[in-house]
Amino acid sequence: MKTTAQKPPEPPRWARNLLRWYCRLDLLEDLEGDMNEYFERNLKTKGIRHARWIFVLDALKFFRPYTIRKPKFLNLLIHWLMLGSYFKTSRRSLVRNKLFSAINIIGLAVSLSVGLLVIAFLTDLLSYDLFHEKRNRIYRLLTRTESADKSVMDLASTSLKAGFKIRETIAGIEDVSLIRRGFYSDAKVSDETIIPLEATWADPSFLKIFTFPLLKGNPATALKEPYSLVITEKTARKLFGETEALGKTVRFDTLNYRVTGVLKDLPKLSHMRFEALISLSSMLGQKADSDGGIMDWNNIYQNYVYLTLPENANLQAIQAGLDQLCAAENALLDRQKINLSLQPMDTIVLGGRLSNEIGVNIPLPVVWTLVGLALVVILSAGFNYTNLSIARSMRRSREVGIRKIVGALRGHVLGQFLAESVIISVMALFFSFLLFLFLRIQFLALAPPLAEVVLLELSPRLIFYFLLLAVVVGLAAGFLPALFFSRIQAVQVLKDASTLKVFRHVNLRKALIVIQYTFSLIFITATLIGYRQYRGFLSFDLGFTTENILNIRMQGNKSSLLKKELAEIPAIRQIATSSMITSLGSLYGTQMKYQDKGGKDSANVWQNFVDENYIPLHRHSFVAGANFKNRPTSGNETEVIVNEQVLKRFHMADQNPAEAIGKQVIVDNKPLTIVGILKDFHYGTMDHKIEPTVFRYSSDQPGGYLNVGIKSEDYPAALASIEAAWQKIDKVHPLKAVFYNEQLEEAYKQFEVMVKVIGFITFLAICIASMGLFGMVVFTTETRLKEISIRKVLGASEGGLIFHLSKGFLVLLFIATLIALPVTYLFFDQFILTKFVYHQPIGLSELLISVLVVMVLAFLLIGSQTLKAARSNPAKVLKSE
Amino acid sequence: MKGTNLGEFEELVLLTIAALISDAYSVAICDELEKYTGRAAKLGVVHAVLNRLEEKGLVKSRMGEATNARGGKRKRYYEVTHAGKVALTRSKEVREALWRIIPGFNLEGSV
Repeated sequence: MKTTAQKPPEPPRWARNLLRWYCRLDLLEDLEGDMNEYFERNLKTKGIRHARWIFVLDALKFFRPYTIRKPKFLNLLIHWLMLGSYFKTSRRSLVRNKLFSAINIIGLAVSLSVGLLVIAFLTDLLSYDLFHEKRNRIYRLLTRTESADKSVMDLASTSLKAGFKIRETIAGIEDVSLIRRGFYSDAKVSDETIIPLEATWADPSFLKIFTFPLLKGNPATALKEPYSLVITEKTARKLFGETEALGKTVRFDTLNYRVTGVLKDLPKLSHMRFEALISLSSMLGQKADSDGGIMDWNNIYQNYVYLTLPENANLQAIQAGLDQLCAAENALLDRQKINLSLQPMDTIVLGGRLSNEIGVNIPLPVVWTLVGLALVVILSAGFNYTNLSIARSMRRSREVGIRKIVGALRGHVLGQFLAESVIISVMALFFSFLLFLFLRIQFLALAPPLAEVVLLELSPRLIFYFLLLAVVVGLAAGFLPALFFSRIQAVQVLKDASTLKVFRHVNLRKALIVIQYTFSLIFITATLIGYRQYRGFLSFDLGFTTENILNIRMQGNKSSLLKKELAEIPAIRQIATSSMITSLGSLYGTQMKYQDKGGKDSANVWQNFVDENYIPLHRHSFVAGANFKNRPTSGNETEVIVNEQVLKRFHMADQNPAEAIGKQVIVDNKPLTIVGILKDFHYGTMDHKIEPTVFRYSSDQPGGYLNVGIKSEDYPAALASIEAAWQKIDKVHPLKAVFYNEQLEEAYKQFEVMVKVIGFITFLAICIASMGLFGMVVFTTETRLKEISIRKVLGASEGGLIFHLSKGFLVLLFIATLIALPVTYLFFDQFILTKFVYHQPIGLSELLISVLVVMVLAFLLIGSQTLKAARSNPAKVLKSE
Repeated sequence: MKGTNLGEFEELVLLTIAALISDAYSVAICDELEKYTGRAAKLGVVHAVLNRLEEKGLVKSRMGEATNARGGKRKRYYEVTHAGKVALTRSKEVREALWRIIPGFNLEGSV
């Protein structure tokens, strides 16, 4: 540094090298001279920074057809001829340094396998909906609804009215298809076969827009007539076995539907999935009279509109048409605004988060997280390669020297070492491929829904991507070492290899180690914090008990029937009814009005319909009042039980619970009397605040659940007798009974998956970083063996030597800790945990444990090697000189 | 028809080379152009034009002596060839011929 301070300022070296690299030799000298002259001139008038900046710009701007050097084909030919030699020397050097080869190949293989998994995952996501012939012209109508209190919701669904209006009024659209979801019914084919079926209502354009080929039936008319049913092959087999399905009738409830088409089974990578289609006209005819609301402009939660535009469609004009339509319709709405927009089909699967998504949707942050994690692990392995190769360059510098003397150019040496790193990374790819096959099974088993979303099947395209990844990783990892080798001066190394400045890149290597360990620490801390939060969610005091409660889905049966059967089972303590299971994430809201001397007020409240046993069974605690007294068998409810938040929201009785008892509220146009006030409990998940919630009375919930308190410890026996009871009342549907605690675990499953994924990546990252550190320690102690021996001869103690050798590494780990811990803490504290209203604090223990784990591991690695070196016999080492 | 037509900027550069006589190298040409035309002459543009003029055979170049300035790099001096002189004379003649047929009053008002 001392010498450079006195030198006159120079133009940036890399820009000059770039110029020298691309510029034709006959033009280079005077061009470089010109640029130097300008640089000197700018230095005086504009200052060093400006001058350097102009130099860089010029170096880039002179990259023109007439200045570019023509590639020398002879050089390429030499590369080709020398490939055999490169391969041979690479193989020999691999075999000679078994430890380092193993570190490189294992590290790369492990990290590449994660990369392969992510590539396969991404490829699948990007392959969604490619089978539609008109895929580039298919759009979906999105809805944004804004209520009076400015809360905005973006929906994938829309209103039927919007679809019809667009078809009638907006020009420049090829086809519009309307779909409606929510048909669940039992299909009765004969007296013996009754099969529950889920179907989608669709209009005739559906088969025109999407490429779902019909095996039987006429696509133009299949969905035209009311009560037409189009089923997939799989459904046909389920309903009719091997007999011909077309033309048969299927009975749903009281209506007969005719099978007018059989679809080829849907490709798996389709964002839209269904078992059967029912003509939309059947629904419109059926419900138009009984429920006029279905065609309302703000009935936007169950319907989807897809459309195809002609080639080169004018999207702006269509959007203007949509805006006009919305403006006209919104004028008739009270305190609500609905806006429509178009979404290209290829952004559906990998797009933003929308409510009421029709099918598969992976949020982009998830994808970026996965890519980021894979990248960090691969980088880490690449760092190992770079580090170890440069560190051990002394061993191979003679080879390079001889090659250069025999006539190799810099480019040749560069090529050789790049080829070597690519060979290693392709070798690693082979192992990583085997690992990938194993990881794939594990990944799909992480969460059952994942297997529904992606296939991760091998294809030639995927294999090509894998190879590409390996080559890119090889080039990236090998670039710095190759550059280093190509700069070696032949005469110098052949005279005395020790003059080689192996330690010139020490700072680079230190930085790489620090980065590796910083990431390892961040990962392990993140895993621990995540795990703690996940455990926290499960053991969180919800405000009621979930122990030993079995929730049985009624699937349309009368609760009283099952209650009667279950009452005879001795293992059952108590039976309650509810319309939904709280605390799992699903919400069911309504409007509540309250009239006070202060005036009228109305607000959204969450609700659940329960019977008189529900509250005692779940041990909700009353702040004031008591359980339902009036227990009507059907409708006619008169009472409501609310939580403390209701009092707060409506400023009821000055928030004095005792006085609020007996107040009247209006829910769904029914006057109800408050009979009880419950202590606040969690109706939603942990990411939601506790909001106003009410319990309303209903003794029978065919669409809801039976909550069964079980007292016996013998769960299998209890379940078996419940199963038998269920069989008596419903022969069609299998029993669906789950323990409340298991449902809670399921509700927070995503966190478990997240902890598992990050935990796995952490494991890999630490392994790779440790291997790299181990390699560096082995190398350092080997090269410093003589120094150690001399120190020992002069009287250094073993402990002192170990400290002396490991000092450098420990400082690096310390720096990594100083970076990683605050970063992780702030990241979780500021960004992640703020999303969860109820979360555990970040404990000191998580931070300390992670440091401890990493440090102990590193101590073991460093300690074992330095101890070995410190114990070596100095006489033996020094004798060989 | 390479070499027969001169672009406006090409002509300017060619004239500058001729005017600088034995001191015509890229940076000097840039400075001279800036001095006379009043507009900034970028090295990149001038360099490209010089290269094109040499391809057309209107100028020839030789390398100068190495000095301590310019990071020890030699200068490339340019010189107008016979073909270059012919092209310059021709374009001057074309202009003069045109000037001659413009009636005097046509330009009087605008000067």
